[in-house]
Amino acid sequence: MSMGRRRSFGDISYGVVIWTLATTALFIIVAPVVIVLTTSFTEGRSLKFPPTGFSLQWYEALFDPSKSRQIHRAVGNSLEVAAWSTGFGVLLGSMAALGIARNRHRLARVADGFFLSPLVLPGLTFGLASLMYFTLIGFRPSLNLIIAGHMIVTVPFILRTTSASLSQLDPALNDSSQSLGASWFYTLRRVTLPLIAPGIFAGAFLAFMASIDNVPVSLFLSTARTDMLPIRMWGMMESTLDPRIAAVSGVLITAAFLLMLVMEWTVGLTRRMRD
Amino acid sequence: MRTMTPPSPGGATSPAEGGGKRSVLAEWQLALPLALAFASIFLAPLLMLVGVSFFNDDKISQPGFGQWAKFLGDPFSYKVIADTMLLGVKTVGATILIGYPLALVYLDASPRVQKVLIFVIVMPLLLSVVVRTFAWIVVLGREGVVNTVLMQLGLISEPLRLLQTELGLVISLTQIEMPLMLLPLISVMSRLDPNLRDASAALGASRWRTLFTVIVPLSMPGLVAGCLLVFASSTTAFISQSVIGGVRLIYLPLLIWQQSLVVFNWPFAAVVSIALLISVLTVVSALSWLGRRSGGYVHG
Repeated sequence: MSMGRRRSFGDISYGVVIWTLATTALFIIVAPVVIVLTTSFTEGRSLKFPPTGFSLQWYEALFDPSKSRQIHRAVGNSLEVAAWSTGFGVLLGSMAALGIARNRHRLARVADGFFLSPLVLPGLTFGLASLMYFTLIGFRPSLNLIIAGHMIVTVPFILRTTSASLSQLDPALNDSSQSLGASWFYTLRRVTLPLIAPGIFAGAFLAFMASIDNVPVSLFLSTARTDMLPIRMWGMMESTLDPRIAAVSGVLITAAFLLMLVMEWTVGLTRRMRD
Repeated sequence: MRTMTPPSPGGATSPAEGGGKRSVLAEWQLALPLALAFASIFLAPLLMLVGVSFFNDDKISQPGFGQWAKFLGDPFSYKVIADTMLLGVKTVGATILIGYPLALVYLDASPRVQKVLIFVIVMPLLLSVVVRTFAWIVVLGREGVVNTVLMQLGLISEPLRLLQTELGLVISLTQIEMPLMLLPLISVMSRLDPNLRDASAALGASRWRTLFTVIVPLSMPGLVAGCLLVFASSTTAFISQSVIGGVRLIYLPLLIWQQSLVVFNWPFAAVVSIALLISVLTVVSALSWLGRRSGGYVHG
């Protein structure tokens, strides 16, 4: 098709500039992750790169229950909070999505915007607000309060992917099910839910990961007793640069990598996040 | 009463209408539990935050405008607000500068390469922000990668101070927020008709000209969405700001944390967090207004 036009200076400079910048972007995205992973196997006591020697000592220290009790407790708390907040989020979020996703009423649009607003609201503002609120109405710090706070900031993920699945659902399927005599609930159970399940599942996964990684709410609501993983890691980075944090990072990088592969195979995660 | 209503002109709705109406009502009610949860543990705390900001003392006993006067009367506050917003702008600029070309490369890549690229782009998003921040300590620290390489090449004799500088912080945030720029950008760009670029080339436009007169305007909605996400996220990135920026670079999130959990002056912390909220939302709404306007001619 091409007219055999000679590559002009403009075309060559375009290629050079775009490729240089794109390569820089890829390098900046990937390099730090690879570097941390490599550094976590160092023999030395400091986080130098390239690392000196190869050893699993920081992983051993990390998995040792007596040396790393606080980290283990923080991991336990984070997993527990993520599980409960995602559970509640899936229940309330998918119900709300079913209620308003295809509703054309103006109020439904308002509700939708309201439920998604934690995504744009600065997390710290809500974190501080919830600390004041729970303290001033007389609650004592507990994991339950953190679960409630995490549910609020992670439910938009579930709402968004579920609504997206619902909007792609052919309404004729519902109509035909109901016109064949199926009750509303039966249709929901046998037609709608199975079809939107991948959307709910993708949202639940994102919400779970966001909860594990949540800083703004955990920063204000957690205490020494209800320590959360990101807050503990922040403490480890702020005080002395504990090399175990490289090992924690190594574990989290591996977990994120494996989880993403699984999610890609099961629900096509990247496609859902892109659309 | 029911039998008196005239049949609807289309005729198709008559048998299902009653049931349909009822189920719409029932469906709408499904949103109530979440609405209740949002009212009691989202809206109520935010209202209380506003309330607390109108107390003069940290015991929250004397109502007044004292904390607002203190915040608004201090030039330091404006410097912190400006620094925070500028940090957001610089990060947005950096993510566009190297993220946009990567999106262009993604667009030209084969489906196989695209799959790998999108995986690489999304992967950091699932990786804890703390881990990504920590990675930059290893890269930018005194004994970090950059300093080691530069010293061994003999380019510097003393380690450079990269941590606790704004440059270091912007570099780290560029990586940390990059997926938020790339995802909406790629999403919009992959819906563009590939023939547009061929048409532009066939009409004699250079690749640069095609980029700036065809691709950039058409990808505006994605670009705006990306800017919005990166800006909102980088201005509120407390962990990266405190760990990479240190205590010498003060941004609004650090000020909120100091005032609430170190000094325990809750009313002042409330004022600062409302200032953060207003500053971020102002920029974000301006951006999304621009986005809606640019969205107008894309679908033409």
